[in-house]
Amino acid sequence: MKAQKHIMTMLVDNEPGVVSRVAGLFSGKGFNIESICGSPTHNPEVSRITIVTRADAPVIEQIEKQLRKLINVLKLRSLNGPHCVRRELALVCIPVKPEQRPEVLRIVDLVGGRVADAGLNHLIVEVSGEQEEIETAIRLLEPYGIKKLARTGPIGLIREPK
Amino acid sequence: MTGAQILLRMLAEESVDTLFGYPGGAVIDIYDELARSEIRHVLVRHEQAAVHAADGYARARGTVGVCLVTSGPGATNSVTGIASAYADSIPLVVLTGQVPTHLIGNDAFQEVDIVGITRPCTKHNYLVPSVDQLAPILKEAFHLARSGRPGPVLVDIPKNVQSARTLFRPPAPLRARPYAAVSEPHAGQLRTAARLIQTARRPLIFAGGGVIRAGAAPELTRLARRFRIPVTCSLMGLGAFPGDDPLFLGMLGMHGTYAANLSTGACDLLLGVGVRFDDRVTGKTDAFAPQATIVHIDIDPTSIRKNVPVRVPLVGDCRVSLERLNDLLDDPPGDALEEARREWLARIEEWKTCRPLCYRTDGTIKPQQVVETLYELTRGEAIITTEVGQNQMWAAQYYRVRHPGHFITSGGLGTMGFGLPAAIGAQIACPEKTVVDIAGDGSIQMNIQELATAVQYRLPVKVVILNNGCLGMVRQWQELFYGGRYSATCNNAQPDFVKLAEAYGAFGLRAERPEEVLPVLERGLSLPGPAILDFRVTPEECVYPMVPAGAPITEMLLV
Repeated sequence: MKAQKHIMTMLVDNEPGVVSRVAGLFSGKGFNIESICGSPTHNPEVSRITIVTRADAPVIEQIEKQLRKLINVLKLRSLNGPHCVRRELALVCIPVKPEQRPEVLRIVDLVGGRVADAGLNHLIVEVSGEQEEIETAIRLLEPYGIKKLARTGPIGLIREPK
Repeated sequence: MTGAQILLRMLAEESVDTLFGYPGGAVIDIYDELARSEIRHVLVRHEQAAVHAADGYARARGTVGVCLVTSGPGATNSVTGIASAYADSIPLVVLTGQVPTHLIGNDAFQEVDIVGITRPCTKHNYLVPSVDQLAPILKEAFHLARSGRPGPVLVDIPKNVQSARTLFRPPAPLRARPYAAVSEPHAGQLRTAARLIQTARRPLIFAGGGVIRAGAAPELTRLARRFRIPVTCSLMGLGAFPGDDPLFLGMLGMHGTYAANLSTGACDLLLGVGVRFDDRVTGKTDAFAPQATIVHIDIDPTSIRKNVPVRVPLVGDCRVSLERLNDLLDDPPGDALEEARREWLARIEEWKTCRPLCYRTDGTIKPQQVVETLYELTRGEAIITTEVGQNQMWAAQYYRVRHPGHFITSGGLGTMGFGLPAAIGAQIACPEKTVVDIAGDGSIQMNIQELATAVQYRLPVKVVILNNGCLGMVRQWQELFYGGRYSATCNNAQPDFVKLAEAYGAFGLRAERPEEVLPVLERGLSLPGPAILDFRVTPEECVYPMVPAGAPITEMLLV
């Protein structure tokens, strides 16, 4: 069976140690985490954790069942497919000499990015979108030499009925 | 009320009458209250034993076991006990003391992050942040321990929370938890399962510890007897079906019986109830039950399809599920099937008679003989606890347990040193019962100090040591698979167990020849207090049948 990328999001109790329970489940059972993103929600008692994993279908089934067993996991949904909105944010710091600036800015424009910080010899570019879009942006910026890179990992929501 | 008073009040509300524990600086406030309480405190001699004793108590009585230990080393000593209970799904509430909240994180004296340490081996755990949270947390802890798939829950209580005062309010009803086990299985799947049972030509029931935890043994027995379906059990399932019933095949797996292992290989329907198809049962999973459609009943959805492919999953309480199946199934199978079923039972009977459990006698005491004699003398009615290793396997094979909760063993984690403290807990739970720990000379030394507990509380537990003078199960693997290189398993110095028993104030008896087995057991069982019965058995005796690790279970080494 082939390993596939799988995104899942869960609402959890906003209590100390909950992220470690979730992350500990993955490490203890030998599951893989590609990215994990946790943050508060509009409800102060509830947080949201979004995880990307890579595994074959039976393992993904096990991961989801195991997560649902955690007492602090209130709700778990997978975020794959067109019925979901997914976004990731990346900050890419590249060394840019003044003469390179116009072409880099064209690329930033092309990938729908924004300049978050600029200096004489560098730019920090902000890109958001689906993971594939981020990866395209990084690929296009790579020839200039990436100095630093920070990615949030994807978050997402299931679309509401139209 | 103080936190300590609230704790005892909540224990009383949960009908806790016995607490196994060991005092220390971080629980001294609780002990101060305990002295004035009606709750019986049993002082063990090591915190690991407190947890095993609570575990034995919980299994023998079918309730939640409770233990109390101090912070730091008290808490870390309890971890093996907690992990054992977790592996066997035993409902426990483990109360640990913690340093005062303002010192947490300061590397204070006797501070450890026990909530962090036990996260992967508890069903859930709590650090009580304030005295107002204590009652609601305890209420939830007991609920979680006993509901769904049971398990240990740890509550870590800082010292200042124990002494802080607050107005006690009975906790509000529990908030609905998303993880609430489903007790009622899916109706459609039930009908499919019933049809499969109805039409199977070679059905087999495989029962595990979940049957015992759910109180489903009577329903299981009813189903098996009504439709004459043979039954095999996992180690944890022993007692779920009467061991002396003709439909019983004995244990399945690595040291399972010839009949049980071959039946699993040949059955066309395998009804797994309260089992998790652990590697000691399945052997090579690709070759496990190759002809069978598997129907799997379990309260825990993660157990299903974890190790073997399951055709019909029934997520639900074992007792409820079996009740529903019993209701759905009313017709006896048709004539054509009747014939197939008769042939199936005849085939199994042949396997049973051609290769029964057996051993060769040679003028030395055989460990199997000791267990067999014990079985006959107690008419299968004793509560048996075991240590881990060969003693455990011989106990499982030759003591044909007849009732649920009468075979108490560390099945999942395989914890040496489990048997004696578990026997203490079981004896306290069932004072009128004969309780026997079947032990090895290695395992017994891992918690031998609990003899003092048995003596102090006048608990007449009997420790039957199958003394082969070596660490037998590892020695057996070394003999069979490691070219006879007995690294660290043989020729170890050993105490005189009879003198040791006497030093603790218990009785000690010894048997060195086969003809002494019966009189020593008779005499030992009649003694009014705790006793060690030291049986000097053949050192090289191996447990058979044996399936080498990773082989199909139908390929056994036999005597």
